[in-house]
Amino acid sequence: MGKYLVKRAIMMAVTLFMIALLTFSLMHIVPGGPFTSDKQVSQAVLDAMTKKYNLDDPLWKQFFDYIGGVLRFDFGPSYKYQGKTVNDFIVNGMPYTATLGMVTLVFVLLISIPMGIVAALKNGRWQDMVLMTVATFGVTIPSFVIATGLMYIFSYKLGWLPTYGVDSWKGYILPMIAMGGYSISFLARLMRSSLLEVMGQDYIRTARAKGISEFRVVWKHALRNALIPVITVLGPTIANLLTGSFVIEKIFAIPGIGGYFVNSVTQRDYTTIMGMTIFYAAILIAMIFIVDLFYCLIDPRIKYE
Amino acid sequence: MDQKEHILEVRDLQTSFLTSTGEVKAVRGISFDIGKGESVGIVGESGSGKSVTSLSVMQLLAGTGRITGGSVKLNGEELIGKSKKEMRAIRGKQVAMIFQDPMTSLNPLLTVGDQVGEMLWAHDKNITKEDKKKRVIELFNLVRIPEPEKRYNCYPHEFSGGMRQRVMIAMALACKPDLLIADEPTTALDVSIQDQILKLMRSIQQEMGMSIMFITHDLGVVAELCSRVLVMYGGLVMEEASIFDVFENPCHPYTMGLIASIPDINQDKNKLLQPIPGSPPDMVNPPKGCPFAPRCPYACRICLEELPPVMEVAEGHKSRCWLLDKDAPAKDNPFKQRKEATT
Repeated sequence: MGKYLVKRAIMMAVTLFMIALLTFSLMHIVPGGPFTSDKQVSQAVLDAMTKKYNLDDPLWKQFFDYIGGVLRFDFGPSYKYQGKTVNDFIVNGMPYTATLGMVTLVFVLLISIPMGIVAALKNGRWQDMVLMTVATFGVTIPSFVIATGLMYIFSYKLGWLPTYGVDSWKGYILPMIAMGGYSISFLARLMRSSLLEVMGQDYIRTARAKGISEFRVVWKHALRNALIPVITVLGPTIANLLTGSFVIEKIFAIPGIGGYFVNSVTQRDYTTIMGMTIFYAAILIAMIFIVDLFYCLIDPRIKYE
Repeated sequence: MDQKEHILEVRDLQTSFLTSTGEVKAVRGISFDIGKGESVGIVGESGSGKSVTSLSVMQLLAGTGRITGGSVKLNGEELIGKSKKEMRAIRGKQVAMIFQDPMTSLNPLLTVGDQVGEMLWAHDKNITKEDKKKRVIELFNLVRIPEPEKRYNCYPHEFSGGMRQRVMIAMALACKPDLLIADEPTTALDVSIQDQILKLMRSIQQEMGMSIMFITHDLGVVAELCSRVLVMYGGLVMEEASIFDVFENPCHPYTMGLIASIPDINQDKNKLLQPIPGSPPDMVNPPKGCPFAPRCPYACRICLEELPPVMEVAEGHKSRCWLLDKDAPAKDNPFKQRKEATT
């Protein structure tokens, strides 16, 4: 196990390095730079700026200087917002994004798993039909359409919830539903199909042949087996929710990190692009790693050596 | 055999599955008894209805399967019409089952000790953890699993196929059932392991004295374990006889075909195996005559038109074949010729 962890840590570091290298290369291939602007800026000013941020160094040196900074958890200054560092963006935005992400994650799990279980156990009956129809809507309707619809009903017509901001807990409700819609539908469908498959397995028949209650057959024998594929997709899902949906943050005016990410790309804010990408990738990789460790707990056939 | 001694009495059992192409009549009215301490083999090819018969007795039919008629009595008690809860109390306690594929019949996420112990718990909710473990280890000893204490906490994937089938047998025997249904328990195993499992079942039966309903497609396996055989085809029992009569005096062309298709170790290497030509009937629209008639070398016109009744050849030996009818022609009739030869 120890050996596996070391191996895994090295692999994660290599993956992050490759992502950084790829992002850095793409960023510099795309024309334009952080100081390209519509306004006429004198060459002397441009040169001074370029000099200040060491952008006149060879690219490989810039890259390794940057990586050196990242290793000290310093993502560098923003080229576009004076006096701000990328660390500031993450520290300021992450609490909102993470709170929304966590709330949404709990919401998604509480709704989708029971939904999938009920649909599977009532396979082919009206409960199944209703739940899966709802799930189809959830997967096919984009989150911004759901968000707009929710705002129209709950904020504009009923006036129950705010349309923007997260000053009170109420502000999280609509973004949570809009952001979780897709994941709920997706996970509910996955849970349903997975449980249906498990319910047809020979060992379920064996369990029934013992004369135990159907509830116990499902709870003890079927659910754990059916959860394995759900846990697989949970890693990326959690990473997605925690790092936020840019669209949802934009619509509900939530000061999370999503906005910084989108702006950084259009503005060629090199350090912000790099910082956000690496931050996102690191969370994703960490979540996948945690999921893999979870497998170990749930499935005795999996051993890491 | 005395009527009172019957553990299982099945009368005119009918089971169907609803499919998109229509109602599949998997079992079309079969009757048989299993005596106390008796081993009865049910033989037939895939789709003959043998497994469905066993699952009907357990009321474990999957999906759209349902019993459409008949009676199943266990220890004189009618099972058809019992509630789910009443059936749960019977399943595992009075009648237990071993399945075909030990590789998939155990839950991969639970230890074997836990899974066998659950059977004990299911029929005695007050059992203590220590008692449960003690009993499971006793059972593991009974089915000859080496190092049972160590094996108690192992998972199914740490066992070989033969060992897993031993676990399944231990589970089935946990509550000392009156009837053990074994649905092709050796089919998925290597030949040498098959032999071990059969010997184990035989010795356990002698020790515990339960009845066995042994389902297989292999007449040779039946000969090892059973005293009586039902030969099924097209959802019907075609022939019922003692194991001796089945081999010495088979009274149905299908049984004869099955025996002829058993390879003989002494046979000429250049001689080909003798298969039964054709394929089993479509059970959505079963033929109105004898289901075997289209593949039968002796079929007459009546065979295609009318289902032959059950005819008693001798005591305890029944067969469904028109050739046994008193009006059947003697020419090309294997049974009448055989009778002439013996008299």
